Amino acid sequence: MRVSMDIELKDIPGQLLLALRPVSEFKGNLISVVHHHEKRTPRGTIPVNVVFETKPDNLNSIISSLEDSDIGIARIDEKRYFEHGAVILIGHIVHTDIQDTIDTIDNTGYAEVVDLNLSMPKIKKPSSASLKIDAVSKEHLASAIELLKEIAKKKDLLVIEPIKSELGAV
Amino acid sequence: MKTIRLSIIGFGAVGQGVAKVILDKQVYLEKIGIDFKVVAIADSRTAVIDEDGVDLAAVISRKKTEGTVGSEKLTGLEIIETIDHELVVETTPTNIVTGGAGLGNMFMAFKHGRDLVTSNKGPLAMKYGELIAAAEASGSKFLFEATVGGAMPVLNLARDVLAGNKITNVEGIFNGTCNYILTRMMEEHAPYEQMLAEAQELGYAETDPTYDVEGIDTACKLVILANCVFGMNATHEDVTVTGITKITPEALMLAQNDGYVIKLIGEVNDSRINVAPKLVPIDHPLAVGGSLNVASMQTDLSGPITVTGRGAGSIETASAILSDMISIYRD
Repeated sequence: MRVSMDIELKDIPGQLLLALRPVSEFKGNLISVVHHHEKRTPRGTIPVNVVFETKPDNLNSIISSLEDSDIGIARIDEKRYFEHGAVILIGHIVHTDIQDTIDTIDNTGYAEVVDLNLSMPKIKKPSSASLKIDAVSKEHLASAIELLKEIAKKKDLLVIEPIKSELGAV
Repeated sequence: MKTIRLSIIGFGAVGQGVAKVILDKQVYLEKIGIDFKVVAIADSRTAVIDEDGVDLAAVISRKKTEGTVGSEKLTGLEIIETIDHELVVETTPTNIVTGGAGLGNMFMAFKHGRDLVTSNKGPLAMKYGELIAAAEASGSKFLFEATVGGAMPVLNLARDVLAGNKITNVEGIFNGTCNYILTRMMEEHAPYEQMLAEAQELGYAETDPTYDVEGIDTACKLVILANCVFGMNATHEDVTVTGITKITPEALMLAQNDGYVIKLIGEVNDSRINVAPKLVPIDHPLAVGGSLNVASMQTDLSGPITVTGRGAGSIETASAILSDMISIYRD
């Protein structure tokens, strides 16, 4: 997941290095560092925005390591899902327990169904649905779609997934 | 001037197209120093043979008016066996269950050391390895660009033009009938059955559309691609296939609202050969409409290369055959 963090550094040498070390120690991948040296907080500290990718499990270790070094954390904004995918389902979607279909994706812990549009033209005719799925990474999105295809096979639903180059897994 | 004696075996839309393009391109062929002299033509019932060159215009017109090509009773197979010539143009109809007459014709051509150019997918989708081995054993040249994507260059593009590149994935639309039906379903918000009927009326779909709409035709083309470009030894049984018959107009509308079109996509890479309806972003190069075909190859050096063109049609398919014929004999 991607984390954007506003931290506050004391205006003495070596502080930035001290702040970034925990990110690399816990195998985070630094995306950007914006050092607002010209600004000062009312507390006299320098605001810095750090963006990095890390495994969700390591975030707490990074935070406590920063706190141990006496670095103030003003704001943490985590974006867990930054891959979005769409799929279309055709068949008897509602009667084959749509809740169960959605739950299977939501229960993975790495992907969620975030939007559902359903079209049911006539009773007993197959319905069509578009599902939007958010996932932690491209790989996770691909496995969520694979999982959906397995469930769909059991329920005799047709899954229309994005082309391979769209899923980015070429 | 190099004279190449050839037979045209199978005189339906594609065979007649070959005769027409040979006639139309006389001046050009003369300029590049090749004289394609057709010494025999066979359809499923009759044949015409002339060592000095068959009058192509007369045969095309006879086929139109009388339904036959000549008065000889020789079969295509007998022509390949007994008439002396260098090149067999095999344009009999595709049969993927038995291989049809094409399979026997091809083995016979190789047995006699003749070169062969074909548009017939069936034999290649069934016995690719054996056919290539037979052609190699007799030193025969064997080209079949017309079997995949009609006029759209795919096999020769991958093999010759992109030589040196490793192709890691091919995705595309390889069946114009399905593309036409899906495009029209989206435009008219109409059900599958209605647009299939329209396609049949316009001659884009056969009376029995199974072969196209169930994805079998696409599967055969993918098998040829997999074997020719990826060096596999696959048959059409190795392809996972889902057709377009279950697609609803509602699904097309929902996809469109999300910025996608639904297309029957064939995909080949090292791990799988697959035909299924897929979501294609509206602005993606694969999102071509009407009855067009399109293929996108992922290459290691050049990145993605995409070609699009007419996947069927008499003259269009004949153009791919002519191109193969020229490439065999040009120097």
